[in-house]
Amino acid sequence: MTDKSANYDSENWDIRIAAHRSVVDFNFKELWRYRDLLMMFVKKDIITVYKQTILGPIWFIIQPVLTSFMFFFIFNSIAKISTGTVPSVLFYLIGTTLWSYFSDTLNITSKTFTDNASVFGKVYFPRLILPFSKVVSGLVKFLIQFSLFLAVWLYYVFIEHAVTPNWYILLTPLWLFIIVLLSLAFGIIITSLTTKYRDLIFLIGFGVQLAMYLTPVIIPLDQVSGSKKIFFQINPLTSLFEAFKYGFFGQGSFEPFWLMYSAGFTLVLLIFGIIIFNKVEKRFIDTV
Amino acid sequence: MSNEVVIKAENVSKLYRLGQVGTGTLSHDLKRWWATARGKEDPYLKVGVENDRTKKSNSDYAWALQDINFNVERGDTLGIIGKNGAGKSTLLKILSRVTTPTKGEIKVRGRIASLLEVGTGFHPELTGKENIYMNGAILGMTKREISSKFDEIVDFAGVELYINTPVKRYSSGMYVRLAFAVAAHLEPEILIVDEVLAVGDAEFQKKCLGKMGDVASHGRTIIFVSHNMQAVQSLCKTALYLKAGRVADVGRTDMVINNYLSREIKNCMERDWNGDNEAPGNEYIKMVAARAIPHVANPNDPITVGTPITMQFEFISYLDKVPIELSLLLFTFAGVCIFNLGAGPLTLEKGKKYKSELQIPGNLLNDDIYTINLLFVKDSSTKIFTIEDLLTFEVVDEAREGSWFGKWPGAIRPILPFTLTQ
Repeated sequence: MTDKSANYDSENWDIRIAAHRSVVDFNFKELWRYRDLLMMFVKKDIITVYKQTILGPIWFIIQPVLTSFMFFFIFNSIAKISTGTVPSVLFYLIGTTLWSYFSDTLNITSKTFTDNASVFGKVYFPRLILPFSKVVSGLVKFLIQFSLFLAVWLYYVFIEHAVTPNWYILLTPLWLFIIVLLSLAFGIIITSLTTKYRDLIFLIGFGVQLAMYLTPVIIPLDQVSGSKKIFFQINPLTSLFEAFKYGFFGQGSFEPFWLMYSAGFTLVLLIFGIIIFNKVEKRFIDTV
Repeated sequence: MSNEVVIKAENVSKLYRLGQVGTGTLSHDLKRWWATARGKEDPYLKVGVENDRTKKSNSDYAWALQDINFNVERGDTLGIIGKNGAGKSTLLKILSRVTTPTKGEIKVRGRIASLLEVGTGFHPELTGKENIYMNGAILGMTKREISSKFDEIVDFAGVELYINTPVKRYSSGMYVRLAFAVAAHLEPEILIVDEVLAVGDAEFQKKCLGKMGDVASHGRTIIFVSHNMQAVQSLCKTALYLKAGRVADVGRTDMVINNYLSREIKNCMERDWNGDNEAPGNEYIKMVAARAIPHVANPNDPITVGTPITMQFEFISYLDKVPIELSLLLFTFAGVCIFNLGAGPLTLEKGKKYKSELQIPGNLLNDDIYTINLLFVKDSSTKIFTIEDLLTFEVVDEAREGSWFGKWPGAIRPILPFTLTQ
């Protein structure tokens, strides 16, 4: 008994607060225990966006409509960039909907530390809960915009017969899931770096804007000529966007190799992101 | 089980970077990385100086905490005391896992909840009910735990009527009561409380202290940080006294408090800077001297409750043709403001020396240790300079007639016409 209790005394600590933890010391159990907090954050985001704004959801609809119209006007009518046989409105609509989810999530999660410094300075909870909650609350806006797309899409499928979906449409939740993880991974890496080196944030804002032009939001991948295609393909979003459209429109490209590449890229980036985020979260309050 | 150690701090140290954090950190990081890559010690860990705010240092780094060791047993209530800047808040932050120590380790058994602020995560647009859930979740409660306590929380806060109203419409008192109510109903094994009790009205403070006492008697462990010696005395069995980032004393509360009082409270009745660069001041004002002169027969006599005191302040103005006012606040040791007096306005001219004088009559102050804060106010509203703890002096009891020698109660001790007749 004495041996046992001595052992208990020296080993059985629930929490160790120290300067260095190993990089793999990541407490999933704790994260799970705080799942209610995640739901509270999501609820808060939704309530604060919709309370006192009757037009709240309407703005979400107007945004992709106007953007699609702008794209149509500039890239289709003026620059004459074809969207293949897919009606350009439909093409732009799904492009902007997916892209705005990706960039919104990236933008909001990349400010996790700076935006929440006051809360983080006062109370402990697994910091990853916050970017996770932003990913989930962002999905609400995405679903509203996606419903708009679906309505237009149904019109083109059943009335105009302009596009024919195929069975790959069933895989779209998977592509969406990878896009979600990718934006989260980028976001938490950026927020980890920018707590200390603030000027990076300008670079990032600029970078995200440019990245849109290397993603098939406006130009379908098969419209890009040979040697330049690789610049699109190394962008992990490209194959995901293409596969998304492939299911809905029955055209575009579906390339297992590049999809595997995107999934692998996302996984590696996410693990790296969680490690660096975990490292920064312990100290950032001293540097912010 | 009663002697089980639930918190064990071993050689906890914390280094802070002084000055403008955020400039040149990339180069520091690279140097640090280069040193550790070659297997050498972090070069910045050596240069730290002891945490003493009154001295200027050439180092960019300072130790906020150094080699802190202590144990807390289950069911214990530990009070952490110390002057401003002694490292209390840093220790709390480490215990609350808001930041990590630079060296050393704290090991904890059980769930910790910390209250460094009331109402963390409160959102003005959310209703009282939503905020209870939000705040509870942030403090580590699950939805189910909060639901089971919900009625008790609402009742404790006394906000039943407004529970579905957004908290932005609450009065500040209601807001604080609701926030504290959530915190008070946490049931962690270890509760860490900063001076959140400094909020709310006296009645509510009493209620909070009572609630915390209840928590402690149920075998949970409390760590409590406060300037309020009375609160520490009544709530805590043991106390930890921090001085300049080190543990100066730890043990039974009354003994630690006595030690603290005798070591920290030095009478500081005369300060003369004489144009020294170190003199308190800024681009508007620079202090020259501050004095508290007791009217005593012999310079070594103590100040008693009957001693009149003259206060003098001298300063140089760098402002030109600007009207300023002086504000003097007198605090008891426990931090209670006894009075706030104003002088002026007076229009200052650049480069001239000004004097201010205050007479405190005898038979006004009770026996206590008093400190003085001086505020310079421009245009009767803008604070331009504040000096805290400018002077400190102790007023002692005088030989009393009659047979009762206990501590004389009261914040002040005036002699007023008060008669008893038939």
